[in-house]
Amino acid sequence: MDNRFIIDAAGLSEAALAQKHRLETDPASRKDPMTYLPGMEVIESDIKDIVLRETASYDPSRYTAKDVQKALARENRGINDLKALLSPAAAAFLEQMAAKARRETEKHFGNSVYIFTPLYIANYCENYCVYCGFNRYNPIRRMRLTPERIEREMEVIAASGMEEILILTGESRAKSDVRYIGAACETARKYFRNVGLEIYPVNTDEYHYLHEHGADYVTVFQETYDIAKYETLHLAGHKRVWPYRFDAQERALRGGMRGVAFSALLGLADFRADALATALHAHLIQRKYPAAEISLSCPRLRPIVNNGAIHPSDVGEKELCQILCAYRLFLPFAQITVSSRESARFRDGIVKIAATKVSAGVSTGIGDHETKYTGKEDEDGHGDEQFEIADSRSLKAMYRDIEDEGLQPVLNDYLYV
Amino acid sequence: MNKDTLNIGGREFHSRFILGSGKYSLNLIEAAVKDAGAELITVAVRRANTKEQENILDYIPKNVTLLPNTSGARTAEEAARIARLGRELGCGDFVKIEIMRDSKYLLPDNAETIRATEILAKEGFIVLPYMYPDLYAARDLVGAGAAAVMPLASPIGSNKGLATREFIQILVDEIDLPIIVDAGIGRPSQACEAMEMGVDAIMANTALATAGDTPLMAAAFKQAIEAGRKAYLSGLGRVLGRGGDASDPLTGFLRD
Repeated sequence: MDNRFIIDAAGLSEAALAQKHRLETDPASRKDPMTYLPGMEVIESDIKDIVLRETASYDPSRYTAKDVQKALARENRGINDLKALLSPAAAAFLEQMAAKARRETEKHFGNSVYIFTPLYIANYCENYCVYCGFNRYNPIRRMRLTPERIEREMEVIAASGMEEILILTGESRAKSDVRYIGAACETARKYFRNVGLEIYPVNTDEYHYLHEHGADYVTVFQETYDIAKYETLHLAGHKRVWPYRFDAQERALRGGMRGVAFSALLGLADFRADALATALHAHLIQRKYPAAEISLSCPRLRPIVNNGAIHPSDVGEKELCQILCAYRLFLPFAQITVSSRESARFRDGIVKIAATKVSAGVSTGIGDHETKYTGKEDEDGHGDEQFEIADSRSLKAMYRDIEDEGLQPVLNDYLYV
Repeated sequence: MNKDTLNIGGREFHSRFILGSGKYSLNLIEAAVKDAGAELITVAVRRANTKEQENILDYIPKNVTLLPNTSGARTAEEAARIARLGRELGCGDFVKIEIMRDSKYLLPDNAETIRATEILAKEGFIVLPYMYPDLYAARDLVGAGAAAVMPLASPIGSNKGLATREFIQILVDEIDLPIIVDAGIGRPSQACEAMEMGVDAIMANTALATAGDTPLMAAAFKQAIEAGRKAYLSGLGRVLGRGGDASDPLTGFLRD
C-alpha cells in the first residue's frame, strides 16, 4: 500500500504489531467503510449523494482562465464557479481572487477577527488513522483529565482573557464518554461565553444532551471526501465509517446546535476535490438548515509525535490561500478558521483576506495549559500532543498583532438564547 | 421653518443618522458621533456581553442613546430574552428587534418580529423592529406597539442601495410612525434619495466601516441626509420627463 504515513513505533506488543500490519497490508482484514456499526444512527439525507456526484465529475484541468475570469466577475457564484476558482487555472489570478475575497469578508464581517482557543481534555483513541498522533498504535503518553483538572485548565485559560473555547477529545467513547464531555461543557459555561466541541461524531440525542449541557457548535472534520482514499487512511475503529461521520453536522443541528464547522484535512488526497466537497457540504447544509451558522476550517497535515516527516505534500501556502479565497467567494457569509497549524506570517496575512477566526494560546497536548500559561511546574503530568503547532502566540500577543494589522480582535460575539 | 426633530418613543433627536451595529470598530463609533452627528447608536447585545476590557459600551458617549439589538435571535422568545439582557446590561429601554432564520442573507422574519414587538412593547420597551418592507407587516407592527418601523433597503451589508424603493415609499405614505431605512445603504447619495422620499432617518454601518476614510464618509452621510431631508421638506420640484411637458395646458379646451 502506498502510504507515507505508516511507521512502527517502538514499544508496541508483538500482538499489536501483528494486528497493525494485518490492517495495513490486508484490505480484507478491514471493515467496510460504508457499513454503519451497531448503535450508529442512520438519517435520511441526500446531501452525501450530491457532494459525491459533484466531486466525482470534477476535473480541475478542464477549467480555463476564461472560466476563472467569469467566476470572478459574477456576483453570486455557483458550484461551477467554485470549481473554476479551485482549479489550477485560477492560480494565476490569486491576487485578484484575494482582492475580491477581501471585499466579501469586509462586507460580511467588517474588520472583526474572532479569537478562540482549543482545549484537549483527553487523548485516548480507538481509531487507527495513520496520520494522526493520537492513533491507537502510536505509543504516546495518554491522559484523560479529571473534572477537577479540567476546571483548573479552564480557569487558567479564562484568566488569560479568552471567552470562547473549543473542547476536544481523542475519539474514544470508552475513555471519554458523552457524559464526561457534557460535564466538561457545563464547567466551560462557567468560564466562557461560547463553547464548541470537536469530538467523535455522536447520535442526534447525544448532540442534544451536549447542547443542553452548554455546547452550541460542533466541528467535525471529514478528513477526506474521497472514500477510496479514506479507506486506506482510517484503517480501524468507528471513524472508519465514512457516512456516519459525513452526517454528523446534520445530526448536530437536529440535536439543537446553533453552528457547525466543516473541513477536509488538506494533503491527504486530491486537495482540489476535497476543498470542493467541503464547501459543497457546508453550502448544502445551510440550504437545508438555513438558520445554521456555518464555519469552514482548512487544516493541512502536520508532523506528529514519532513521525516528524508528515507534511501537507502538494498543498503549499499559495494553494491554501487559493482554497480560502475560493471558499470566501462561494460562501461569503461563512466563518473561516485558520488554526495554529499555520505560521504566524500566514495567519497575519490571511485574516486580511478571507479568514475571520484564529486560535491563540494553543496547546494540542493534554493538561499542560497551567504549565504553559503560568510557568508552574508540571506536577500531575500531561498527555502528548495531537500534532505540532506552527504558531504559538499567546492571546495577548495575538490580540496585539491583530490590532497592529488594523483589524479588530473580538473575543465574544455570542449569546446563549 | 419649525424645529425639525425626529421623535421616537417620546425622545427627541436632532440627528437623522443612526449607526448600525454590524461591523464593530471603536474608530467607527467615534466617527459616527463626531462626524455624522449620530445621537442613536446600535449595540449588539451579544457583542456587549463580554468580559473584554474594551467593552463597546465604554466607548459610547453618555449623551448618545443606545439602541441594543437582538441579533442572534431566531424566534420572538429569543429576541425578548436578549432585549431583557440588554436592559440588565444598562442599555436602556430602546430595543431594535432583529430576528433572522437565515444565516446567508440575514433577512428579517416579519412574523416573528411582530410577535416580539408585541411582547416587548407590553414590557415597556421602545421597540424599533427591523423588517422586510411589507405593508401588512408594518401595520401589524404599529398595532403591536412599535415606536418606529425599520424597513431594509437591500440585504444587509450588500451596499446595494434602495432595492426596495417602491415598497418603502408605500410605508412612508401609509404608516404614521417614523420610517427608518436600515440595511443596504451603501452611499450618501442613496441615503439622500431615501430622505427625499420622506423617510425619517437612515441607519448605516457597513458603508462607513468599509470606507477608505471613515470620518470623511461619516461627514458625507451627515450632509447627504440633511440635504435629502431639506429637499423633502421643501417639496420636490417638477422633474421634466423626456421631451419636456406640453406648454399648452391639456385641459385648455374646457369652457368655464
